[in-house]
Amino acid sequence: MITPFATAILTSSILSGTSLLYATLGELVGERAGIVNLGVEGVMLIGAATGFAAASATGDPYLGVIAAGLAGTAVNLMFGFVVISRRANQLAAGLTLMFFGFGASALIGRPFVGEIVTGLPRLIGGFDALVWLAVPTACLLWFLLFRTRWGLGLRAVGEDPAVAFASGRRPEWLRYQALSIGGALGGIGGAHLSLALTLSWDEGMTAGRGFIAIALVIFARWNPLWAVPGALVFGAAEALQLQLQARGADVSPFVMTMIPYLLTLLILVFWGWNRRSAAPAALGRGFFGVE
Amino acid sequence: MQHDIALTLRRPVFRIMKLQVPRAAVIALVSLAIFALLLLAAGKDPLQAYRDTAVYVFGNGYGFSELLVRMTPLLLTAVAVSLPARMGLINVGGEGQFYMGAWLATGGALMFPDLPAWLLLPLMTVLGFAGGALWALLPGVLRAVRLVNETISTLLLNYVAPLIVSYFIFGPWRSSESASYPESPAFSDAARLPSFAGTRVHVGLIFGLAGLALYSFVLGHTRWGLRMRAIGGNAEASLRLGIPVPGTIVAVMSIAGGVAGIAGMAEVSAIQGRLVAGLSPGYGFMGFLVAWLAGGSAIGIVIMAFLFAVISSIGDILQITQGVPYSVVNVLMAVILFIVLGQRRAGS
Repeated sequence: MITPFATAILTSSILSGTSLLYATLGELVGERAGIVNLGVEGVMLIGAATGFAAASATGDPYLGVIAAGLAGTAVNLMFGFVVISRRANQLAAGLTLMFFGFGASALIGRPFVGEIVTGLPRLIGGFDALVWLAVPTACLLWFLLFRTRWGLGLRAVGEDPAVAFASGRRPEWLRYQALSIGGALGGIGGAHLSLALTLSWDEGMTAGRGFIAIALVIFARWNPLWAVPGALVFGAAEALQLQLQARGADVSPFVMTMIPYLLTLLILVFWGWNRRSAAPAALGRGFFGVE
Repeated sequence: MQHDIALTLRRPVFRIMKLQVPRAAVIALVSLAIFALLLLAAGKDPLQAYRDTAVYVFGNGYGFSELLVRMTPLLLTAVAVSLPARMGLINVGGEGQFYMGAWLATGGALMFPDLPAWLLLPLMTVLGFAGGALWALLPGVLRAVRLVNETISTLLLNYVAPLIVSYFIFGPWRSSESASYPESPAFSDAARLPSFAGTRVHVGLIFGLAGLALYSFVLGHTRWGLRMRAIGGNAEASLRLGIPVPGTIVAVMSIAGGVAGIAGMAEVSAIQGRLVAGLSPGYGFMGFLVAWLAGGSAIGIVIMAFLFAVISSIGDILQITQGVPYSVVNVLMAVILFIVLGQRRAGS
C-alpha cells in the first residue's frame, strides 16, 4: 500500500514539477540579465493555449510544443521592447503582460474548449520527452550562464549594465536574448500542462504557477541547478493533493488546493534573510546608456 | 525597484487632466483598433461589438447606470492600490482582499439575519473592512520586517482567498435551496445595501467617493500623508527622523486591504445578496491598472475607473452577443497599458 502510494506521488510530482521547472528556468535567465518579469503567468497561459491549438490543428503534440515556445518568445519580446528599449517600469509592464496573457489565451483557446488532444507520447518510464529534457535543460542553462563568455556577459548585464557596456558588451541586445530564451521556456512550461497533464484547454488553467515560478527563482538563489529540487518540492505538494483527493481523503479539495501557494509563501519567509546577497544587483533597473 | 514605481505612481503619468486629452484619445483609439484587428483575426465582428456597447451604455439611462455599478468597486480597489503606492508599496492583492471582505461580511449577514438594517449594515461594513485588512496584514508584516516583498506575497494570496470562499459556499454555508449551483443562503432584507431609484447603483458608490475624498484629504492635508510620502521618498532617512516606518507599513497595508474589502462587502450586499463563487470579474486587478494609469490622483481614478467600466462593458457585450469569453477584454486593457508604458521613457 505504502510503496505504490509513494511511487504514485513521485511520478506525479515529477510530472507536475516539469512545467514549473521550465517556467522557473525561463524567469531565471531573464532575472540574471536584470529583468524581473511578473508576466510569466501570462506567458505560460499563452504557451498552454497556443500549444494546445497547434497540437489539435496538426495532430502533432511536438509541433504544439514548438508553437508554444515561439509564442512565448513573441510575447516576451513585446514585453522586452517596452522594458528594454522604452525602459518602462518592469513591474507594471510585467503585470500588463499577465493581463495580456489572460485575454489572449482565452481568445486562442476558445475554439478548443471541451476538446481532448493526443498528448505528448509517454516514453521510457512513462514520462514524456519534455520531462526527460527538463533536467538536462537546467544543466545546459547552468553551463551557459556560468561557464561561457556569453553567460558571463549576461550576468554582468544583470549586475551592472554600465560596467558590462564599458567592457564591450551590449546590454540591451543581451537582455533581448535572455527574454527570448525565457519566453520560449515559459511557453513550453505552459504547453506541458495542456499537452501532457490535462490534455485539455481551460481558461486560466495555470492557476498561479507563474507566480510560484517567480518565487522559485528566489528559492533557487538564481541558480538553474537549484531550481530542480525546488520545482520537485512544489510538484510534490501538488501531487500529494491530487493523490489524497483521488484516494478520497477527508480534506476539502479547496483547502488542499491552497497548499502550493501557502507553501510558496512559507518558503519565501524562510528564504527572506539572505536573498538580497544572491540577487543580481541591477535587477529591475533599466539601462540608460552611458552618455 | 520599489522606488521607481513609487515615483511612477506619484507622478501623474497619464496626464489626462492636463493638456493630454488629445493624446489620451489617440491612445484609446489606437488600442481599440489593435483590439479590433485581433478580434477580426479570430473571426469576430469588433465594429458590431463596439456599436452594441455604445448603444447599450449610452443609449439609455439604465445602461449608463450600469457603468456606475461597475465603477463602484473599481474606485475602492484603486484606492487600495494608490494608498500604499504613496509610500512605495505595491499592493497587487486587491482581488484577494475583495474576496475576504465579501467573505467576512457574509459571515455577519448570515449570523445576525434578524438585526435591523441600521445596525447590520454598519456591522457588515466593518467586517468587510476587517476581512480585507486581515488579508493585507500578513504581506504588510512580512514587508515591514523585510522578509518577503509585498508584490509577490499579495499576488500569491489572491489565489488563496477565492478558495476560502469556495470552501464555505460548498461546505458550511451552502444554501439548501440550490442543489446545482453552490452559493450561500440569501441575505435577509436588512443585510442588503439600498440601491437608488430602480437601478442597481447602490450606496457602495458613496463609499467609493467618500473613500476617494478621504484618500486625497489624508494624503494632502494631514501629517499621516506627509509621513507616508516621506517614507516613500526615503525610508532610511524617515526611520532616522523617528518615523515608525515598519508600523506605518503594516497600518497602511491593512487599511488599503480594508478598503478593497469594503468593495467586496458592497458587491455581495447590494448586487448579489448572497455569497457566490466568481464574485469578482477581476475588480482587484483592474483597480491596480486604474490606480497606475491615474498616477495616484483622485480625479484621475474616477476618470480611469469610468474608462475601465466602459471597457468591461465591451467584454460583457462580446461574451453575450458573440460568444467571446469575457476575459478576452483583458487584451484591450493590456494594449492600452503597453502603449502608455511604451510611450514615455521612464526615468527621463
